Amino acid sequence: MKLTGKAWKFGDNVDTDVIIPARYLNTSDPAELAKHCMEDADTSFAGAVSQGDIIVGGANFGCGSSREHAPIAIKAAGVSCVVAEYFARIFYRNAFNMGLPIIECPEAAREAAPGDILEVDPMEGTIVNKTQGKSYKATPIPPFMMELVNAGGLMSYTVQQLAQANSK
Amino acid sequence: MQMTITEKILARHADLESVKPGQIISSKVDIALGNDITAPLAIKAFKQAGAKQVFDPSRVVLVPDHFAPNKDIASAQQAKIMREFAREMDIDNYFEVGQMGVEHALLPEQGLSLPGDVIIGADSHTCTYGAMGAFSTGVGSTDLAATMITGKTWFRVPETMKFIFNGKRKNKWISGKDLILYTIGKIGVSGALYKAMEFCGSMIEEFSMDDRFAMANMAVEAGAKNGIIRPDQKTLDFIASQPVRPVRDYQMLESDKDAAYLSVHEFDGDDIDLMVAFPHLPENTRAVGEAKDIRLDQVVVGSCTNGRYVDMEIVAGILKGNKVAKGMRMIIIPATQRIYKKAMNNGLLDIFIDAGAVVSTPTCGPCLGGHMGILAEEERCLATTNRNFVGRMGHPRSEVYLASPAVAAASALTGVITDPEQVVS
Repeated sequence: MKLTGKAWKFGDNVDTDVIIPARYLNTSDPAELAKHCMEDADTSFAGAVSQGDIIVGGANFGCGSSREHAPIAIKAAGVSCVVAEYFARIFYRNAFNMGLPIIECPEAAREAAPGDILEVDPMEGTIVNKTQGKSYKATPIPPFMMELVNAGGLMSYTVQQLAQANSK
Repeated sequence: MQMTITEKILARHADLESVKPGQIISSKVDIALGNDITAPLAIKAFKQAGAKQVFDPSRVVLVPDHFAPNKDIASAQQAKIMREFAREMDIDNYFEVGQMGVEHALLPEQGLSLPGDVIIGADSHTCTYGAMGAFSTGVGSTDLAATMITGKTWFRVPETMKFIFNGKRKNKWISGKDLILYTIGKIGVSGALYKAMEFCGSMIEEFSMDDRFAMANMAVEAGAKNGIIRPDQKTLDFIASQPVRPVRDYQMLESDKDAAYLSVHEFDGDDIDLMVAFPHLPENTRAVGEAKDIRLDQVVVGSCTNGRYVDMEIVAGILKGNKVAKGMRMIIIPATQRIYKKAMNNGLLDIFIDAGAVVSTPTCGPCLGGHMGILAEEERCLATTNRNFVGRMGHPRSEVYLASPAVAAASALTGVITDPEQVVS
């Protein structure tokens, strides 16, 4: 699976209040949340982002609240992948659970410029910055997380585990 | 094998003799918690998975606290999803408006969070219960859904960072909030990423449970998976003094003497001042004395960090017989009905109202920019809450400063960020 898109660059410590402000959390409708994605960091983002675009963050992307509305908003806005130096803990778990590919690669995140065309292979852990002609190797996804991904996400994994337990 | 308290709790819940950092475990969960923002998504995932019942109705806790009492129609719809699910699943620990409080202040009162527990909550401040010697951590709605079905969740066992607070408080105003802000200022908002933060030392031992709750509560603001404090006699006295007695057994665990820590950080009380976190990150801390001429429009006292009774008492002590500054909006939100009533019975509400503050029914409300005190453009608030991100309490160009209840009360009187020493003789 290769994801290709234009980079939207943000800084360090992008928190979940910026990704989707709490004032919009009176709904969990993905389309509604997408309209306000990244609003407090860049008011033009939700209107200008194109299907497949890639968010590039700095350190500690997704810090703050546990709201799963954050990866939902990003995914529903059409973003195909988030590349960052590293992610905050709960956001990391939530993104996997929501099926939003995220990938940690400090060099690629730092060197990408807004508008660069990136090609990301989250399973292989490779990032190519086509605009700059550079390739990067990302931090590998931990084996257990890969099991979850291969099972189709946490809920499918849970249903499988339950079925196994019941058949014993 | 020598283990930390976090490792011991996780090992017991994974039915293992021992665990070590980095290990992936499947852990039993004692309590699974959701609120009016996060539970509706969890309920949707629960139903999509085809689940018919929760693993144990007595171990699922649902609290409408964020936008409740409902702030608008959309919030009311969300709260309704949770209410109906609680009814359908026979969940007794659903706390309706009138019984509810800010969740992380409510669960300890209800005997639902206990030493040695593993607690997960679809709320990042679930780490609060670490103050009682539990392993507790925030997760997303899907993780909550899976746990509501199976009673289990997976964890990567975190490395533990040890924070020792030696010596004594510089003065009586120094609180748990100041220690945790000081710590976050030292290590940064990702300084404890994926790690357990264990707080110990003479200052922690002397602190009230309310101060300890404030500390464990903000471990997540340093990126931590959990914050934890060894349970002691104060923990036991606290449990015994709550209105609801625990119906489960609990375990008083502590770290082994030779347990392995990722790092050890020693701080001395002499170096810790009253702290203020400047916009827009909890790590932007300065001593209150360095906050000069910062005019405020609003002061908020409340939240899962500092809406407890001790906090109300400190604020009343400073406000008593005084008036808040002209133009100042002071909003005080006792975190639970019980705290509210105790404040009323002991005359604290009179003091607040006479001083010109408003007192609200329990809600997370303004802390996350929900309702009950939203900021306009370029307004500035000092709050006893836990986050000061861009737009956290309202307009993206408003500002939030974080501090203790003592600093909040003193600042409400003067209209600028103020050391309580300057207003109390």
